[in-house]
Amino acid sequence: MSIAADRRAARRVARQAEAQGDRTLISDYDRRRPGVRFGMRVTHVFLFVTLVIAGLGPILWLMKAAVTPTQDTLQQPFALWPSGIDWANLSTAWNDIGISQYFWNTIVIAAGAWFFQLFIATTAGYGLSVLRPRYAPILDGLVLATLFIPGIVLLVPLYLTIVHPPLVGHSLLNNYLAVWLPMAANAFNILLVKRFFDALPREVFEAARTDGAGPVRLFWSIVLPMSKPILGVVSVFAIIAAWKDYLWPMLVLPDPAVQPLSVRLPAVQSQTELDVFLAALAIATLIPIAMFLAFQSVFLRSAGLGGAVKG
Amino acid sequence: MTTLSDTGAPPEPDARRPAAPRTVRSTRRTPMTWLRGGGLWNLLFLLPMIVVFAVFSWSPIVQSVMMSLQKTNLITSQWVGFDNYVKVLSDPLLGEAVLNTLWFALLALVFGFPVPLFMAVLMSEVRRAKGLYSALAYLPVVIPPVVAVLLWKFFYSADANGVFNTVLGAVGIPPQPWIQDALQAMPSLVLEATWAGAGGSIIIYLAALLGVPSELYDAAEVDGASIWRKVWHITLPQLRGILFIMLILQVIATAQVFLEPFLFTGGGPAGATRTVLLYIYDKAFRNSLGGAYGEATAVSVLLAIALALLSWLYFRLTNRWSSS
Repeated sequence: MSIAADRRAARRVARQAEAQGDRTLISDYDRRRPGVRFGMRVTHVFLFVTLVIAGLGPILWLMKAAVTPTQDTLQQPFALWPSGIDWANLSTAWNDIGISQYFWNTIVIAAGAWFFQLFIATTAGYGLSVLRPRYAPILDGLVLATLFIPGIVLLVPLYLTIVHPPLVGHSLLNNYLAVWLPMAANAFNILLVKRFFDALPREVFEAARTDGAGPVRLFWSIVLPMSKPILGVVSVFAIIAAWKDYLWPMLVLPDPAVQPLSVRLPAVQSQTELDVFLAALAIATLIPIAMFLAFQSVFLRSAGLGGAVKG
Repeated sequence: MTTLSDTGAPPEPDARRPAAPRTVRSTRRTPMTWLRGGGLWNLLFLLPMIVVFAVFSWSPIVQSVMMSLQKTNLITSQWVGFDNYVKVLSDPLLGEAVLNTLWFALLALVFGFPVPLFMAVLMSEVRRAKGLYSALAYLPVVIPPVVAVLLWKFFYSADANGVFNTVLGAVGIPPQPWIQDALQAMPSLVLEATWAGAGGSIIIYLAALLGVPSELYDAAEVDGASIWRKVWHITLPQLRGILFIMLILQVIATAQVFLEPFLFTGGGPAGATRTVLLYIYDKAFRNSLGGAYGEATAVSVLLAIALALLSWLYFRLTNRWSSS
């Protein structure tokens, strides 16, 4: 980009900022001063270098190492393929270590966790916010109370519940329900969805009811379509949490055939050659990164929400 | 966001129902009126949540308190009073685990807490490439934590040709043992955890920085305040709510740190990274013949009480913060 075009762009941005009246720490007047301008340039360079090294660096290195023979990675970790690219690492990891199977398991776990979390959060949010029977405040309180109990206190009793579930009669170990259902008991999701439903205009519900819509139709055709933003946020939370989870699936899925990547990767490390193992790590990061690039705005909005600024 | 909380407290739950014809009959509530009023549908919508929470949340919470007072082998259990608590509290290993956890939390606070704030303040000032910077900063958060830890475990190789040691060698620093050394292990874990978590905090701070009223900066400039004085006297005080919230959240998270010590070091070297959660895990699940479940839950309950107090404080703050 030429300097003139650069400057034009900067001026346009500055004008926009002035027009919107939103400014930050440094005023537009200051931004025109040579000293501050130099400082901003230094800031840009610093941010770019730091963020590329810290944010992108490890991923790029992993992608490089995934197709590099073990000896090269060990002896010259930063050299770019001194003895050629070894594409076979990827196929070895995918086929011989069974990454394909664990990859599939991870997707099934994430999909189920997504479905159950969304199902529970939306039906409960609808029941507590829109239908709101007399006993709703009690449920509100009981759900809210679980927010204060850190997950760790549940570890042992929850594990025993899975081993001896009520009414089922046989252990749920190695059954994906053991991962999906405890994840669905998520008070944070319900709170998010309920607050969103609370903010929806009641007049629309009244109009729909007058037109003869029953509770199910109101839920499916009115409330859910109006709630796409929050459903996106909860979906991202649900899928990420399922993809990341380690301790719980390790406990309740002892059979390697049903374990997800997060559990299998540490387990296979000792019997796997380094280059193949790094290729496996690279494959395991691909889907989350692809999802992030595809749904960046939803991710970043969810991240902002995660910090408690949930109105 | 405030619009959400404005409507968060609906005026009267019953006021928005088409209740006119029903109020006449509502002096006597029979199963029939319940059914006609849609009671069955209400229950059907709430039932999945009630069942899932009852089995996987409410009952385990009650159970954990009971189990901490019992000696159990999954089939039979007997009440033993506070024996489990006495046993774990007199275990020097628990004291060591608590100290290790506090050490982790302190390091994360001193080194990990300011980094995202600093980055966010810088990022909010630049006007170009903001989206690119946010995306780059958030990338490490997207990498599955297990993959991140295993990758960093390789980076931390004590070999002179290890990834980090190669970098250090380039600037003339001798190779470091990293996670193989009892002193360096914990700071190494904190370094990875900071890297893995900073992106999320940066995004939150960026959002919070947008909320600082620009008139404050205008006014400060009229008074001739320098950039640093504006940061110190306006930006940071304006962020104190979210800073405190992030502080509590971080303490709650670091108190439950498990993945890093478990996968990096397994609690070693010489127990230097054995955290409270690792202690609980060892008590309950390390022994394949059946764990000391009572003792493990006793520690969990103690930890939960401490963290519940923090969560309560956090909740009070967020509620006040979002309604103001």
